[in-house]
Amino acid sequence: MGASQTRTEHKYQDLADKTGFSLEQIENLHKRFQQLSDNEETISREQLDSIPSLANNPIRKQIIEAFFDKRNQHQNEVGSCEEIGFEQFLMVMSHFRPPSLKTTEEEKEAMRKEKLHFLFNMHDTDNDGTITLVEYRKVVEELLSKSGDIEQETVKAIADAAMLEVASTNVPHMAPDEFYEGITFEHFQQILKGLEMETRMHIRFLDVDTPTLRCGKSSS
Amino acid sequence: MQRCRYVHLWLLGSVLPICLISGVTSVNGDVALLHQESHLKPLSEFKSNLNQTEQDNGSRVITGISIVTFKWNHVKTPYLVALWILVAVLAKLVIESLPSFVTNVIPESALLIAFGWILGGIIWAADLQQTFSLTPRVFFYFLLPQIILDAGYSMPNKLFFTNLGGILLYAILGTVWCAATLGLSLWGCQAGGAMGALDIGLLQYLLFGSLIAAVDPVAVLAVFEQVHVNEVLFIMVFGESLLNDGVTVVLFNVFDAFVKLGGPGINAVEIIKGIISFFIVAFGGSLVGLAFGLLVALLSKYTKNIQIIEPGFIFVLGYLSYLTADMLSLSAILSVTFCGVSSQKYLNSNMAESSVNTVRYVMKVFANGSETIIFVFLGISAIDKTIWVWNTGFILLTLLFILVYRFIGTFIQTWWLNQYRLVPIALIDQLIMSYGGLRGAVAYGLAAMLDDQRIKEKKLMIGTTLIVVYFTVILQGLTMKPFVTWLKVKRAAVAEVTLVEKVQNKVFEHSLVAIEDISGQIGDNYLRGKWKIFEEKWMSRFLLTSEARKKQDYIFNVFHQLNLKDAVGYVDEGERRGSLEFVRNESAFIDFKKKFGDEFSEVMPDIMAAASDDPDAMRRNPVSSVSLQMHEKTMQGMRETEDIDAHHLLQQHLYKGRKQHLHRYSRNHFDINTDDNEVQEIFQRTMRNRLESFKSAKMGLAPAKTITKHTKKDQQQKMPNGKSTDTSKNYYANNEGFEFSEGASGLEASGGSFPFRVNYRAGAGIENPTFMPDQDPMAPTQIPPWQAEDEPDGSTVSPSQRAQVRLPWTPTNLRRLAPLRISNQSTDSFAQADTPASQEKDKKWPPPPPPPSDK
Repeated sequence: MGASQTRTEHKYQDLADKTGFSLEQIENLHKRFQQLSDNEETISREQLDSIPSLANNPIRKQIIEAFFDKRNQHQNEVGSCEEIGFEQFLMVMSHFRPPSLKTTEEEKEAMRKEKLHFLFNMHDTDNDGTITLVEYRKVVEELLSKSGDIEQETVKAIADAAMLEVASTNVPHMAPDEFYEGITFEHFQQILKGLEMETRMHIRFLDVDTPTLRCGKSSS
Repeated sequence: MQRCRYVHLWLLGSVLPICLISGVTSVNGDVALLHQESHLKPLSEFKSNLNQTEQDNGSRVITGISIVTFKWNHVKTPYLVALWILVAVLAKLVIESLPSFVTNVIPESALLIAFGWILGGIIWAADLQQTFSLTPRVFFYFLLPQIILDAGYSMPNKLFFTNLGGILLYAILGTVWCAATLGLSLWGCQAGGAMGALDIGLLQYLLFGSLIAAVDPVAVLAVFEQVHVNEVLFIMVFGESLLNDGVTVVLFNVFDAFVKLGGPGINAVEIIKGIISFFIVAFGGSLVGLAFGLLVALLSKYTKNIQIIEPGFIFVLGYLSYLTADMLSLSAILSVTFCGVSSQKYLNSNMAESSVNTVRYVMKVFANGSETIIFVFLGISAIDKTIWVWNTGFILLTLLFILVYRFIGTFIQTWWLNQYRLVPIALIDQLIMSYGGLRGAVAYGLAAMLDDQRIKEKKLMIGTTLIVVYFTVILQGLTMKPFVTWLKVKRAAVAEVTLVEKVQNKVFEHSLVAIEDISGQIGDNYLRGKWKIFEEKWMSRFLLTSEARKKQDYIFNVFHQLNLKDAVGYVDEGERRGSLEFVRNESAFIDFKKKFGDEFSEVMPDIMAAASDDPDAMRRNPVSSVSLQMHEKTMQGMRETEDIDAHHLLQQHLYKGRKQHLHRYSRNHFDINTDDNEVQEIFQRTMRNRLESFKSAKMGLAPAKTITKHTKKDQQQKMPNGKSTDTSKNYYANNEGFEFSEGASGLEASGGSFPFRVNYRAGAGIENPTFMPDQDPMAPTQIPPWQAEDEPDGSTVSPSQRAQVRLPWTPTNLRRLAPLRISNQSTDSFAQADTPASQEKDKKWPPPPPPPSDK
């Protein structure tokens, strides 16, 4: 008993170093992970998909896909996996870790870039480094899919207009025969320059155990 | 607007009681007395006094009819009120016209106060006493509500609720802290003998502390609006100032009650009661506001048919929420704040766009106006020898403590808050937040409400409050901007609303909620997500009209707005080029088409490529093509003067009836048909034309030359179906076409300048029974003069007739107005609205011989 205790703690310490979460947070997330995976070592798409509170999220698929995307694991790999373990789960979560008072400016900048990468990868479904129009349309379509009365044509138009904005802000003088393939990461960074992200794209990972039951899997 | 201005007058009607002009009043000496007492009486009584005055006057003038009478006392109240408003607004005007280096350095509020000093000085010099001052009644009932309502109504809700925890902490704890420490410290200092002999007890000190603890939203807004700090900092200071006003008033009332009870009467039970009442008053007030807000929202769902007074509801109900809360002795300020906060979203989506704009505008007019008046009167009030009791120790110590405790309080609270905040508040922001603790008119109003029976040193307190207000508003306001620059406080990002950003914003939000869901945390985002769902499911259903619900989606809204902007820009563009040419000139049109095409391939080759499976789809898609113009628009910048020129030009050339246009007045509708004269004029001319043609047909007389000329060109024009090199030809040809067409939106304006536009907007709202029906029978039987000339044999009327009938809806003619649509099979709503109309028109006409095959 005692040995396994120290072993898990040791493992947690490892993860804490890697992801920046505190031990308590990791423990909490681990509980949640086990709850979601039915005490298995790995978790599958279907299991994530069945979280009831996610049902209303229009970009549910993309988010879930992001968990299985190897690019979000800091390992310079591409492609996606079928199932992920707890470590990968944590890695994805760590993108949303809030900064602390001690975080320096450079670190903040790095965090921002990381978050942008996460979003970018979410849109760039075929891993080719650009968000093409087709991919972008898909994003908008899913985003608007819950708002009901918006027609397909409008969705298309919105995506096109947005794409056009990107094109014209990044390549203001384009020769007529040039071709804008899609949003590269640099362009992505460029257009979202003004977006206040440092103060927003975070999630509070509580140290204490939250009543996970309320938003947990009702089925289990 | 007109209506509201009257309301405003009435509201401010009670300004009069304080506004006694002593020098000028001796015209009707016997009635003047009424007014001297009236400032103690409620408004209603005052009104009845006024009525009485009228009767008095009526009964006295029996002896003879005087042709002109001077009845100053009759109009004195509203007159003075109006005069003061005028003076205040003029003051603002003067201040705004000062050279920019003055207004950039000195905040407007400070300038207004200084203006008030000057004005007060003049009045003092004239009267040797201060006849005008800001009374609590006027301030709390007629000046403050609209400012708070405006603040609540234009509150950035999301930001506000995200930071609500912090705001509440500052507003409640911070205020209590400031009040308590100030009161205790002053009391201690007095006990230590720092201020000489003053007849103030501990309770009175605490009362004074509570009235001066509140950061004033009016002053804060006035200063912070000019220094664009980042939004979190702004909402913190602003939200705090809004909410703590309520808190202060509550605190003030509690301490006031304690003072009334007197020292020995206070025991633990009373203190607990005080604390309980504090929370009840604050939350009760908020609830009342919430209820009223939802009521307004609900009402706005049904006001579609009374669009003109639709914008009035929020004002009336907002004011009522203020009064109701006050009546129930709940916090009126919190009430009206939450009324605005809770109703804004629903109102904005329920009401018509023009009403929304009206509300915004009127809100600003009221708020800005009252703010100006408040600052001017804060200045004027100071120039009064009777209120000043000087006690250097008291005043300086108050100033010192206010500043010091504000800093200490903010730092302690922020330290505590930062333990829990996701994104901690930086040190610099804390500094600004502390330094932004401006005091204002609320403190003064409360000080003036003090009961001088129980508080012997009321005058000293008022004087000190004034000095504190001046110190904070002027000195701190003045130094705020350099301070912000020097400390390199993060400024607000100038957000350019682009679609990409909006889309990404939404993606952020949804992913945050999703991650929270997955990680099983109940965080802000989780709650927000749940609230959103609840709102969409229930609130929207009850409070939004069905049309408004459709337009709920945020991105779609932005998209819509961008499109609208483009469209407006497009029309402007057309006008700048000279709309007439733009509309009529074929070459201009082609030019545009070419340009559009170029741009198209230039900017969105990828889209073209992507849409290659359906090459026409993109081009036909009206919305996306409108958006294309956006960048051109922004690059072109402002050319307003030219626009004005164009408008002027248009105005000049638009059709005007022979008689001057009668401006009809309607209280219920804005867009009334002012064209009656025009219609009549057209009718007369048409009749004359017909008569002439009739004559010419009968007697073989040649009609007027000009007319023939046109028709020839018309003939030429329509045969090759399109390109004509001569622009003037085109001009006439089109006009000819439009003669019989529905005035395709906007064209009736340009076409109207032409003398023989026979059919003026058939079915478009003008009912001229004598005119419209006889058009149809006339047309087939009559041989128009030009046709008589064109077809010399005179027997073949029909081809020409047909040509005329057909002409309007050949694509080049009708489709010009919606120029971005290149193909005429567009699915544009524009076209959809148009096409059926013209088809209907088609039916009205006698069936012409088989339509031309080439269409």
